[in-house]
Amino acid sequence: MKRRNFLKACLIGGTTIALGKTNKGWASGSFEGYPEAMGVLVDTTRCIGCRSCEAACNKEQKLPEPDTSFDDPSVFEHDRRPTAKAYTVVNRYQKEQPSGPVYRKVQCNHCNEPACLTSCFVNAYTKTKEGAVIYNSKVCVGCRNCMIACPFNAPGYDYDSATNPIVKKCILCYDTRLKYGKPPACVEICPQEALTFGHRADLIKLAHERIRATPDRYVDHVYGEKEVGGTSWLYLAPVGFDKLGFDTTLSNDPIISNVKDFLGMVPMVLSIWPALFSGIHLLCKNQEHDGHGHDTDSNQEDTKP
Amino acid sequence: MKKMIQHGLAIVDSPYDEDGKKRSLVSKLLLGLTPSQYLLQAFRNPLNWILAAVFAVGIPILIGRFFFGLAWATSGSNDYPWGLFLGFGLFAMVPLSSSGFQLGTACEIFGRHDLEPIERLALLNGLLGYFFAVIYLLADLGQPWRLPYPMVVSFGPAAVLFLVAWHVATYLSVQVAEVSSAFFEWIGFPAGKRAIRRITLGLTVSGIILSTLHQGALGALFTYAPGKVHPLWYSSSFQWLHFFVSSLPGGLCMVITVSTIAAKTMGWRGDTRFHEKLDKVTVSLAKGACMGIATYITIKLIAIAHDNKWAYLDSGWGQWFMFEIIVGFMLPLTLMTYGVHTRKMAIVRMGAFMTVFGVVLNRVNTAMITFNWKLPHREIPPWREVVISLTIFATYIVVYRFILYRLPILFKWRLQEQEETVPEAVPVPAPGRREASSVPVASYSSMTKLD
Repeated sequence: MKRRNFLKACLIGGTTIALGKTNKGWASGSFEGYPEAMGVLVDTTRCIGCRSCEAACNKEQKLPEPDTSFDDPSVFEHDRRPTAKAYTVVNRYQKEQPSGPVYRKVQCNHCNEPACLTSCFVNAYTKTKEGAVIYNSKVCVGCRNCMIACPFNAPGYDYDSATNPIVKKCILCYDTRLKYGKPPACVEICPQEALTFGHRADLIKLAHERIRATPDRYVDHVYGEKEVGGTSWLYLAPVGFDKLGFDTTLSNDPIISNVKDFLGMVPMVLSIWPALFSGIHLLCKNQEHDGHGHDTDSNQEDTKP
Repeated sequence: MKKMIQHGLAIVDSPYDEDGKKRSLVSKLLLGLTPSQYLLQAFRNPLNWILAAVFAVGIPILIGRFFFGLAWATSGSNDYPWGLFLGFGLFAMVPLSSSGFQLGTACEIFGRHDLEPIERLALLNGLLGYFFAVIYLLADLGQPWRLPYPMVVSFGPAAVLFLVAWHVATYLSVQVAEVSSAFFEWIGFPAGKRAIRRITLGLTVSGIILSTLHQGALGALFTYAPGKVHPLWYSSSFQWLHFFVSSLPGGLCMVITVSTIAAKTMGWRGDTRFHEKLDKVTVSLAKGACMGIATYITIKLIAIAHDNKWAYLDSGWGQWFMFEIIVGFMLPLTLMTYGVHTRKMAIVRMGAFMTVFGVVLNRVNTAMITFNWKLPHREIPPWREVVISLTIFATYIVVYRFILYRLPILFKWRLQEQEETVPEAVPVPAPGRREASSVPVASYSSMTKLD
């Protein structure tokens, strides 16, 4: 009787948990971004590496003073990545080419189906209808799984803080600008119009239009249109994206689709295992001829092979 | 301890001392020694000096980590967010702790009562491994005081880590319950033990479910990073199976390792049943581990074939992978098979040590060494991170030993009332024990018939 109660509890509990989980998993699988989502198109052929976007971001997000000034070209010696102190960085590639160097702005790409969001066990991330991926530092435990999951290595962690370390990354100026329909600070300041702010759907059309108009200027690909399910930041480039430090091996499926095999298995284990192992226990118990089935005295133990 | 037993000390293995009086809690805690005797034996043990040295350096640094932040104590890298604390502490300790559910299943579900001499050690090994994996996690989390958040404040049920958090938390409570029956015997609270006994089957089955899921889930965590983990250590379809299946021999071999160490360094603590049955039990565990390793190697190769990754074997990473598979799994499989057939226990145990090494190496490889294989630089943990990891591991050893010395894990707790009923059940184990101490002999097993 007790066992039956236990099994019942297992099954009911298991399916409840499992249904909740898988529903969310499936729903996120077919999600292709909010229709009204905004985005930014980066035309790397126009960027001159002035780093005014870095400076604007620093001011807008009230980030600490950088180690060297924003005019210092020595930062181009090494590839940099976004950190807790700089949400966006500009890197230089193709230095030796006669056509001149190519600059690439790096920041959170604001995926349609963000890996950080789906990997977060306290749901600290939100994809807003405006397209920004924002983060709630009030619930973050600091496991840094989002940093493991991000295919673009965008989130930085505030390792220096002992009492309130949080994840820091580009939020598309959501709090101060995007919410009110204004473009992010970096876009507004760009002197070359290398950055274009607009509806993501329009930007994709614009990008393909530019490629069609001047095919010699661009490789025929818009990075971010399809990568990991699409991102709000889109890139045009004069040379192969792999030469500009982009990860060109990313799949077009969102990161979460890799995890679905496992998530789908969870409810199966929850519902099959109790019956399976209780059944085996019953089979094994009948063989033993003792109703108790446990810790028999040492005489019987010795007679076993 | 050995010397003191030779000099006539009676080991605490029943609620009564040699004069038939009930032992006090203090006497049980001090292993039946006077405080000065206790300190003397502690000072004599060289391991204690090593541990003291580790703690002297490590504890200030561990405390410093919480005052000066992660950047002070660890590499604090954005590219390698998970360092030694998780790469070793969490990902390696958890598979080595799968022993609890396996031996629980074998004894309680499959009715393999011949494995009972080792069951409690396996359960304890599981409990402590998980507990200290959580301690490592607490050292690593940015805001460890928020650890209960996924349970009470904010839910992210689509995340694999959400599963891990819930399952490790529930499984820890299951394991506390399973191990508590030994504690109840020791403290003298038979009602508690009977209560646990009634729900044993339920606990064991939930143990299997929770273990299957979160051992696998730890692997599935890496499926969030398909491009970052090296393809030879990654498989989007089978990652959770690789982690689950390798945890099986990992846990069994950990029990072989720990029981070997315990039998060598605290032989006085095990009773005759433990010492007599140890070789036989080890062979059974090794057989199980061999099946596990063989399966693991097979599914590893299937994963390589499934995604056609053979070309990666012909690279530096490929050689490192071959090293892990051959030294960590294939060689121990051969050694243990040979050892089991020829009953050469030293070889079986050697194989078990190597399997433990192989499983740890696999986890550290996946989480740290081959992680971000496309990035030009590799992260080498700074010294403070290494010291903290060592300190937590030293605490693990101290707690493990503290419990093994006291609770009836390696021996049966004797109850005087049964003196007449089963007088021959537990003969006096240690050689040279004085005559007067051969008093109450009975096993608690006859007690359990009452419930």
